[in-house]
Amino acid sequence: MKKIIEGSMAVAEAIRVCRPHVISAYPITPQTHIVENLSQFVADGKLKSEFVNVESEFGAASVVLGASATGARTFSCTTSQGLLLMLEVLYNIAGLRFPVVIVVANRAVSAPINIWCDHQDAVTARDTGWIQLWAEDNQEVYDMCLQAYRIGENPEVSLPVMVNFDGFILTHAFEPVDLIEQKDADEFLPPYKPVQYLTPKNPLTFGLLVDPEYYTETRYRLQKAMEDSKKVIEDVAFEFKKKFGRYSGGLVEKYRLDDAETAVISMGSVTGTIKDVVDNFRDEGKNVGALKIRTLRPFPKEAIYSALKDVKNIIVMEKSISLGLEGVLSTEIKGCFYGKENQPKISGFIVGLGGRDISKDSVRKTILKAEKELVEAEFVDLKYELIGGKLL
Amino acid sequence: MKKPEITESLLAPGHKACAGCGEALAARIIMDAAGPDIIVTAATGCLEVFSTLYPQSAWKMPWIHSLFENSSAVAAGIEVALKALGRENEAKVIAQGGDGATADIGVGCLSGMFERGHDVLYICYDNEAYMNTGIQRSGLTPFEASTTTSPSGEISWGNKTDKKPMPEIAAAHKIPYVATATVGYIKDLEKKVKKALSIKGPKYLQVHCPCPLGWAHDPSLTIKVAKMAVQTGLIPIFEMENGKITSVRKIAKKRPVEEYLKLQARFRHLFKKIGGEEEIKRIQQIADNNIKKYGLM
Repeated sequence: MKKIIEGSMAVAEAIRVCRPHVISAYPITPQTHIVENLSQFVADGKLKSEFVNVESEFGAASVVLGASATGARTFSCTTSQGLLLMLEVLYNIAGLRFPVVIVVANRAVSAPINIWCDHQDAVTARDTGWIQLWAEDNQEVYDMCLQAYRIGENPEVSLPVMVNFDGFILTHAFEPVDLIEQKDADEFLPPYKPVQYLTPKNPLTFGLLVDPEYYTETRYRLQKAMEDSKKVIEDVAFEFKKKFGRYSGGLVEKYRLDDAETAVISMGSVTGTIKDVVDNFRDEGKNVGALKIRTLRPFPKEAIYSALKDVKNIIVMEKSISLGLEGVLSTEIKGCFYGKENQPKISGFIVGLGGRDISKDSVRKTILKAEKELVEAEFVDLKYELIGGKLL
Repeated sequence: MKKPEITESLLAPGHKACAGCGEALAARIIMDAAGPDIIVTAATGCLEVFSTLYPQSAWKMPWIHSLFENSSAVAAGIEVALKALGRENEAKVIAQGGDGATADIGVGCLSGMFERGHDVLYICYDNEAYMNTGIQRSGLTPFEASTTTSPSGEISWGNKTDKKPMPEIAAAHKIPYVATATVGYIKDLEKKVKKALSIKGPKYLQVHCPCPLGWAHDPSLTIKVAKMAVQTGLIPIFEMENGKITSVRKIAKKRPVEEYLKLQARFRHLFKKIGGEEEIKRIQQIADNNIKKYGLM
């Protein structure tokens, strides 16, 4: 059933039909509408979950860790500073292999404090051992929430999953979202059956001290589980499509890439703007396409290479930066082509930091520039008057 | 043949605690008083390190260690999960932490757990410093103890502050049961664990545990040192129910604090440096204040 709802409500509706036993969260803009909606569902008896209001995001992540260890399906959501405060627990949840799901309403990080969208928060958390899914619109984030539990709770995967969508741009945007009935959701997502959990019936020790004799192998297993989860992520997306008619997950989305000479790579809602620009170029007879990264971790390097191997120009437009180098995605895209023949030109642009709008015109100019020359870590739409009149 | 009784404990022998470790003794007493139908969390610290070096574990009940500062929050998650899964009668939940994990780095999560009213017994093993990392001072290190980060020196008498009043801080959350105990009086400790677990809601039990390594006393003196701490009045043993003191362990024969201090090299500077007598008087004042405040005599 299609309904026009806010992005935050789309997430809350998705989580409602996922039936988490325990939800714990701490309020932070622009995530608040999600937890408010979920609290209301619980208050109205529409969702039978234990909703734990905690003293911090650190506490929220720790509560869902404990609940997941006990065999419960769990949910939390946060953004920006909250995600950074959770960071220590995020590593721990992944190391303990608990399939917690959190939604991140992506936002810039402080200082200076800024409550608007960019991707620095979750990109900073990319090495935690969490699967990271990135949504372009509210239908995608809705669908990804259901898929996230299926992926993480697969015993072969046993990893936490972070679903990302743009703060304000999506969290506060009203769009039509096709909602799934509880009965259909239950068929797609059966109850969580943990292999190991805390119970006196089978007393196990979790979180032991592991010395140099054993630690490496735990990290190897995590890495292997991450790599192997690529197939599960795709399988779950196909299964979702079979049931609900939409392929809204998986690793990447190709857009008009057949015979493309230039391809623009992006994550999140900016992809919509890029697709419009691609359409305009196509109308003009230019062979331009786009590639959206749906899964940042595990990094789908094979899928990216296979989608772009015949492209001459790659343009990465990203909303975060590894300060002192370049955009994280730029570096990682370059890695996909290392040692391959016919290497494309790969340019990197930093866009939309701290919620700055990205116009079609800016995207168009950026593409035209990168077709002519190699560009590295260029900040798009930089206001020269704010930095002394010229590039520093 | 019947197995020797010790192997039937819920904290198995063979772990790597130091000889004379007060914390290991306390943990064994507490687990056996509480178990076997318990789920236990632990903060990072000596207790976790000496008992769970992979691939071995000394814990015979379901047990989890996550991080340094979240033992209480993880326990809260376990408690709500048991409720949500309809398994609340399966086990009681116990959270554990050392003095640093409890009073310093984990105090935020602990306060949250108290305030939300989770049915969890929190045990603070108080050995009065960060022993696992090499005897650094914590918020529960006593006045003028020398630690590696509050050392005595030419112009220093050691730790500048007295113990943070964690039991009172816990009680201020209006939780139903707060108590202090010590490995010096094991029957009392057992009794308090059982009583705490019979009460619904958050409970806080702070257990004084001598550390032969950090306090620098002979490992054979653990119990004597623990008892002396009580008999001087420096460590008051009491129960608080719904914010009011309901019982105290009376001191039959009050000992001067020197007798306690001189057993431990962490206080050696008080007996060596000129002016030490005055400092010992200040410590005696702390003991006397406790005796008055809690009505220990």
